[in-house]
Amino acid sequence: MRGRGLTAAVFGALVVAGCATTGTSDKDEGERIGIPENPFPSTYQRYGGAPVVITGVTILDGEGGRIDNGQIWFADGKIQAVGQTVAAPAGTQTIDGTGKYVTPGVIDIHSHLGDYPSPGVAAHDDGNEATAPARPEVWAEHSVWPQDPGFSRALANGGITTLQILPGSANLFGGRSVILKNVPARTVQGMKFPGAPYGLKMACGENPKRVYGEKGGPSTRMGNIAVTRQTWINAKAYKRKWDEYEKNGGEAPEQDLAMDTLKGVLEGKILVQNHCYRADEMAQMIDLSKEAGYQISAFHHAVESYKIADLLRANGICSAMWADWYGFKMEAYDAIPENIAFVDRAGACAIVHSDDPNGIQRLNQEAAKAMAAGKRAGIPITEEHAWTWLGINPAKAIGMADRIGSLKAGKNADVVLWNGNPFSTYTRPERVWIDGALMYDANNPRLRPVSDFELGQTGEGDVK
Amino acid sequence: MIRAAAFTALALVLAAPAFADTVVISGGTVALGDGSAPIPNGQVVITDGRIVAAGDIRMKLPAGTRVIDATGKWVTPGIVAGFSRLGLADVDAVDQANDTSSEGPFSAALDVATAINPEAAPVAVNRAGGITRAVVAPSAGKSIFAGQGALIDTGADSQPVTRARLFQFVELGEQGAAQAGGSRSAAHVLLRNALREAQQVAGGASPARDRAGRSGTDAQSDPVVSNPNESRSYDARRNQDVLLTRFDALALVPVVRGRQILLVHAERAADLRQVIALKREFPALRLVIVGADEGWTVARDLAASGIPVIASALSDLPAQFETIAATQSNVGRMRAAGVKVAIGTINDDDTRMAFRARWYAGNLVGIGKLPGATGLSWGEALKAITSGPAEALGITDVGTLAAGKRADVVIWDGDPLDNQSAAQVVMIDGVEQPLVTRQTRLRDRYRSLERGALPEAYRR
Repeated sequence: MRGRGLTAAVFGALVVAGCATTGTSDKDEGERIGIPENPFPSTYQRYGGAPVVITGVTILDGEGGRIDNGQIWFADGKIQAVGQTVAAPAGTQTIDGTGKYVTPGVIDIHSHLGDYPSPGVAAHDDGNEATAPARPEVWAEHSVWPQDPGFSRALANGGITTLQILPGSANLFGGRSVILKNVPARTVQGMKFPGAPYGLKMACGENPKRVYGEKGGPSTRMGNIAVTRQTWINAKAYKRKWDEYEKNGGEAPEQDLAMDTLKGVLEGKILVQNHCYRADEMAQMIDLSKEAGYQISAFHHAVESYKIADLLRANGICSAMWADWYGFKMEAYDAIPENIAFVDRAGACAIVHSDDPNGIQRLNQEAAKAMAAGKRAGIPITEEHAWTWLGINPAKAIGMADRIGSLKAGKNADVVLWNGNPFSTYTRPERVWIDGALMYDANNPRLRPVSDFELGQTGEGDVK
Repeated sequence: MIRAAAFTALALVLAAPAFADTVVISGGTVALGDGSAPIPNGQVVITDGRIVAAGDIRMKLPAGTRVIDATGKWVTPGIVAGFSRLGLADVDAVDQANDTSSEGPFSAALDVATAINPEAAPVAVNRAGGITRAVVAPSAGKSIFAGQGALIDTGADSQPVTRARLFQFVELGEQGAAQAGGSRSAAHVLLRNALREAQQVAGGASPARDRAGRSGTDAQSDPVVSNPNESRSYDARRNQDVLLTRFDALALVPVVRGRQILLVHAERAADLRQVIALKREFPALRLVIVGADEGWTVARDLAASGIPVIASALSDLPAQFETIAATQSNVGRMRAAGVKVAIGTINDDDTRMAFRARWYAGNLVGIGKLPGATGLSWGEALKAITSGPAEALGITDVGTLAAGKRADVVIWDGDPLDNQSAAQVVMIDGVEQPLVTRQTRLRDRYRSLERGALPEAYRR
């Protein structure tokens, strides 16, 4: 199979890549055209950090585990050990975590920071390529403004260490997402999570119908589905051509950026993140995905997941949800505060997401609201379990569960030390480490990023 | 103090014949809503829809008095939505179901009281969330004047309006500039034109005096003015009546005479200074500011002006160029400087999510622990979402549990400023309210997804 055995770096370096293997074709033994998989490679490098052990702290590990009065040790960018006690070497910086909590860095699976940055002026309106209903060729990373002050607020107030930046929902196919580390950089490449898979933003329902109803269609939900299906039919044809070429050689198919993205989805390399509110529409999208031959990774804004939690579980699809948003549009009219808890209880994958530059600063509190609503509805939910909604579940839904989302030895040292119980409105991050580097410290004004935009303006370096 | 007042009130109650309407909430942590700290194991006594006494009191009550045991719970005044559009929309994005703004010919004359729908789903949701009263403002349509706002209750009855035409709402700052044609100076010209038009239709000299001591009428006849914001265009335009309908001009008469509050939305420090200056130019105006994201940078001036502020609690992004200095310490810093400051949800899910105010207030308590940040004490935070907004708008009978106030009372299963607590009993004017909403009905319908004998649509 094309490319599988070749590193992304090879394809990243050259559009035309030499095919190292032979014997798969009776002709064209020479050069084979390849589709570059990673033309905008990450340049992120973790910053330095002294080894740290936090003692006497309540640990919520992000996978459902809890240790009271525990210890966590991280060094060299990785979690080294988590337990009641750990065997950190002498000389390791020790932080007394008594009365405090440690969690994995918070992951927001649905953000538009950088694509809809602050200030929200028209010149910054870079989140929807609303010029055709299917624009899978656009990549969110090419819109991200790394100077968006929203990144630092998400870090300092929300303990956000990883974000998925998605294109908006004007299009049925909005384009590729990008996974960023919440580490300031001059370029987007400097924030890109190395090796993170891409996502494809899809949308159903009101938004594409509204936007394209005024632009020649589709203007109905049935139109949405028809265009989406046809696009997948085209994508499968495109993939067949490339598969044939890679197997048998011949004339290389013409490369199509839009189809490249969809081909990546059909190959399971790009994960579908589907904006979809209503239960009935999610069921339509599930059927559609089966026809086209791809797996939906997560429904986003899935305010009616509680009505079909069984279906979502059976299909292995996550739901990314708000705790209490409702009623702002017709397809959000049936949102209920127990949604997250009901999805979770059914054994389906529940995620708390923000889609909002303010909400991203308090995802921990949103999870608390959802947990409390669930408890009041008679569903016992522990704090350690509720943190899976911010930890391992979003990590899974973006294909990163092997590296982030929980505090397990060997995982990236994305760690938040909270100054109290993180389910309380009274609690804030005290320190945030990303890959073991201290990127925020509430007690040290110098450890507070100030974006270029804020430099020289009133309030520069303020607590915010 | 509280104790003495309570016993006086009790004597009155005992003397009153209609004691059957008395309810006593006993044993809970009682927070009065006046800025004071919560009182453990307190009592609240309610008769005939009014508070009789509340706090650290113990009364001998006649046999048969209804007692609600609030042991382990919290009791507060109902939350007052400091700035909202509650009751004006069922669904924001459905035009026909949204009455927040108008593109029609009128502006200042618009009156939200005629549009409030007490049966809109968000009213019930917010009632169940502990909101008992809401300041409801219209949104500006084509003019900087949005119209007249009201104070409403969220009760499950057909009479939602507590005080109609409580204030006139005007957009200055960025949005006002856009509505006036693209610049802040245009908004200020429009504002002055409108106020003078109102003075004219009111048929008399205005009490306004400029800094040179000339009366308003003198100022009108003299195009040379000391304040650069005084516009010469007024005289040229005033008889054309193109900028303000007669109806709108009449609606502004109570504003220029100081009988109706002028609620001004402004965020930027420079805009706030211009609002403060308005008070010098038109001394009769009763100004209240909403927004003020950059208020902390002019906190001393705001405090000196006496103008109350209803601010967004957690606004901390330079979301626009007019909010570059935004910080979550804004409310705390203004309060510390002596500004009368309360919390509202300004352009923040204002039709539906006023219930979030108590978590916003809680967050302001939480930031008090951060070095360099300024928050509020717990009591001040509760005040900022109860009596604070009421006082800002001159409402004296709502927002605390003091004797004589309307009995808007909420019993919570925990600390009301924490996000895990919920309202268990909500009273408005002493009447216990239903807490059922569309959301609770949907929750109960879909509690189980197992296939039943009939479809879900038969579960009620």
